[in-house]
Amino acid sequence: MTATDVAREATAPGPMAPRPYRVVARRQDTHDTATLDLIPLYGEQTRWRSGQFMMLYAFGVGEIAVSISGGALPGEPLRHTIRDVGAVSHALVTSRVGDVIGVRGPFGTSWDAMDAVGGDLMFIAGGIGLAPLRPSILEAVRRRGEFRHVILLYGSRPGEGFLFTDEIEDWERNHGFTVRQGVRAGLAEMTSREEFDPLRTLTLACGPDIMMEVAAKTLVGKGVPGEKVRLSMERSMHCGIGLCGHCQLREAFLCVDGPVFSYDQLVPLLATEEL
Amino acid sequence: MRTMGLAGLDELVEALGRAGYEVFGPRVRDGAMVLAPISGVADLPRGVGDTQDAAHYRLRDRGDERLFGYATAVQGLKQVLFPSHELLWRARKTPIGFDVEEADATPPKPRAFLGARDCDLRALAVHDTVLASREYADKPYQQRRDGVFVVAVTCADPGGTCFCVSQGGSPKPQAGFDLSLTELLDDDGHRFLVEVGSERGAQILAEVSTAEAVAADTDAADALVATATASMGRTLDTEGLHDVMFASADSPHWDTVASRCLACTNCTLVCPTCFCTSVEDTTDLAMTTTERHRVWDSCFGARFSYIHGGVVRESGSSRYRQWITHKLAGYQDQFGLSGCVGCGRCITWCPAAIDITAEAAALRASLPATEEDLQTVGETR
Amino acid sequence: MTTTTTTPTVAVWKFASCDGCQLNLLNAEDELLDVAKAVTIAYFPEATRAMQDGPYDVSIVEGSITTPEEIERIKHVREISGKLITIGACATHGGIQALRNYADVEEYTSYVYASPEFIDTLETSTPISEHVHVDFELRGCPVDKYQLVEVISAFAQGRRPRIPTYSVCVECKRAGNICVPVAQGTPCLGPVTQAGCGAICPSFNRGCYACFGPQDSQNCHGMADRLMALGMTTEEMTRAYRTFNATCEPFQAESLRHERARKAGAEEVEA
Repeated sequence: MTATDVAREATAPGPMAPRPYRVVARRQDTHDTATLDLIPLYGEQTRWRSGQFMMLYAFGVGEIAVSISGGALPGEPLRHTIRDVGAVSHALVTSRVGDVIGVRGPFGTSWDAMDAVGGDLMFIAGGIGLAPLRPSILEAVRRRGEFRHVILLYGSRPGEGFLFTDEIEDWERNHGFTVRQGVRAGLAEMTSREEFDPLRTLTLACGPDIMMEVAAKTLVGKGVPGEKVRLSMERSMHCGIGLCGHCQLREAFLCVDGPVFSYDQLVPLLATEEL
Repeated sequence: MRTMGLAGLDELVEALGRAGYEVFGPRVRDGAMVLAPISGVADLPRGVGDTQDAAHYRLRDRGDERLFGYATAVQGLKQVLFPSHELLWRARKTPIGFDVEEADATPPKPRAFLGARDCDLRALAVHDTVLASREYADKPYQQRRDGVFVVAVTCADPGGTCFCVSQGGSPKPQAGFDLSLTELLDDDGHRFLVEVGSERGAQILAEVSTAEAVAADTDAADALVATATASMGRTLDTEGLHDVMFASADSPHWDTVASRCLACTNCTLVCPTCFCTSVEDTTDLAMTTTERHRVWDSCFGARFSYIHGGVVRESGSSRYRQWITHKLAGYQDQFGLSGCVGCGRCITWCPAAIDITAEAAALRASLPATEEDLQTVGETR
Repeated sequence: MTTTTTTPTVAVWKFASCDGCQLNLLNAEDELLDVAKAVTIAYFPEATRAMQDGPYDVSIVEGSITTPEEIERIKHVREISGKLITIGACATHGGIQALRNYADVEEYTSYVYASPEFIDTLETSTPISEHVHVDFELRGCPVDKYQLVEVISAFAQGRRPRIPTYSVCVECKRAGNICVPVAQGTPCLGPVTQAGCGAICPSFNRGCYACFGPQDSQNCHGMADRLMALGMTTEEMTRAYRTFNATCEPFQAESLRHERARKAGAEEVEA
């Protein structure tokens, strides 16, 4: 670190203030989705775990919660896959290499895919939900020998497109993943077709609430313990540190108690509409 | 214990000033009791009481000389320690990116609060737990909270919407004060029985003219507390309330409340424990400087639960359920305490006269549940 | 929309209105120079005789549609505008002149004009959004100058305007105002009204008159129940909801409900 860096670190902002990060690579994934690689302007790269999220800030426009879609190994750039759905995400998606955006985090709980070692590992993704799963998928690729079946079920809405198509092909062809992918895919039906040992399967799911709930119910119905089905929930995350109150789901602060929950924890919370 | 007269109270305010504190106390503004800076006894209300009921608040002439003869001020200490609006940081564009400068919320002088009630102090303890005892602390709150000096006062005349006793509180301050006063007004004169709650409190009190309390003083204080305890305007049955609230999630009663609820947010903004906030950014026209401001927000607003694609809690019934369930149940799971201190502000200041104690009772009554059912609900959490 | 080297062009248009909202842009004296740097004011007859021809990046429209000519003119404005923003209660909800929607216009014109046969007017005053697509509606009678500058900034910067849609009560409580209905028994429409004015009236111990129209989660029915419990009559309730935003749906429905009750001669309103 240079002297300037040290001085800046000494006055490093707290968890409420964004750190400036530079966009060092950008890839257009689909018509409305792009992936950005980010490195900090000053100081060390932040460390994170798979499944966690960051608060990304477009200067002067605003801030949103975005899951980390890149690997969590030391030395990797911070990677986010962002879908253009509002003013802030638009500003982020349309940022260019060299632009500087603000980053706070990492926040929240992680997938802990390693809990599946020795058994089957199933990823269930709906649309952009594949992005938060990618860090764990990469982990499974790296340590493929430690799992039995690795299954990826990936559904998307018409016109939404598919993310990471080259990589998915690689996972299927070179790493022995079973991949089922489709538009408006009946994930519950797909789930019921796959070969896995219910008592030795860990499922990580991310997508719309209703998709995750149906998938979780199907799996539990087939004998998978509810604690071995993990879902990443989305609510209105603002502060990321359990203080602002927006993301509460009854007694849970999704930003610190989640976003990853076991289905067991969520059963009473998903039972009531608008909770 | 010691006693002091009105002159002693003046000396106390002076001593706090000499010790560097900015002293806040009750004052009358726009027909209501508010917390504001004071410089002596002359600034305090004299003989002013209040009449409180659902959606109703009026000051009244007590016909006596009491300085602390009202029930609760419009707001608790929250308005000072966790203000409705504050700057969090300012960012400026630089040739290579941007720099962020965080605001310092440390007040120029530490604050002393004169007249805080037991409900105020228990609300303060809730905020200490929520904002300053978990993995992430609220730095601006801590900066304001550090060094606060509290002179509590026993509540002599609880209001029509008070129910602190139901929530484990008392008219007599129990904890969290440096000094605690009980205002006595009888044939023996106008005086204050003083209890010391901290070393700092003892040091300040040493600068004030006091006398040894006699049995008549402590007897009078005990009688006053007993009378006040027996005159709560409302009650709340807290037995198994946590499970009652969770079990009521799908109750048809929410629609009944929603037909009256105006989703105006007043209950949450007068609640001394509500802590929800939003940030509002401002950007200059040249887009070179931007500021993040934090403001009080409320779970009754539509934008509060907005995520791309829609509002999670669209209906008024779901928002009222969120608020009251969080207050009376969710806080226990999150922080190990109730989110309600029984101050009654949400009842008084609800323009639709919705009463948290009445709604909780209605939910309890509408539950067909047996004991076993309630236990089942408790186990699934 | 524009390149980085030129600032967006802005046009300001007037329809049936009092000019008060446009004047609030001129009243934003401290910000006006910055506004002029960030955008090019290309057409603003109220402020300058210099006029650039369209098309314009952003059009700011004040006033409601009350004549056949205005219908054609607003369609033209829409055609030559990138974004179209309406400002004020007239443009957004028909304005005070929309009271005619509840009355006989011919009768009105006969009272007001010596030669009513020269008056060519529609039977109703309608918001701009009933005729053309509107990109953003800024509320208020008049609009708040800070909100107006914020909306112009947001469009110039390509971001979403930060205009809250919650109730006036939020502004009151943040400002430390004492609630006038609770502490004084003063009727106040703040709970059903969108924030934005800075809670001006309650800050001066008056009730809110709902100049900014309904908040995002209004319960006008419940509000009326409370106001009537405080002693308001059905006639007063009709009038309370029939001011600057008389045609917006929740206010209109509630004023009509009370009007029907009054005409039926009942003090009890239908549920």
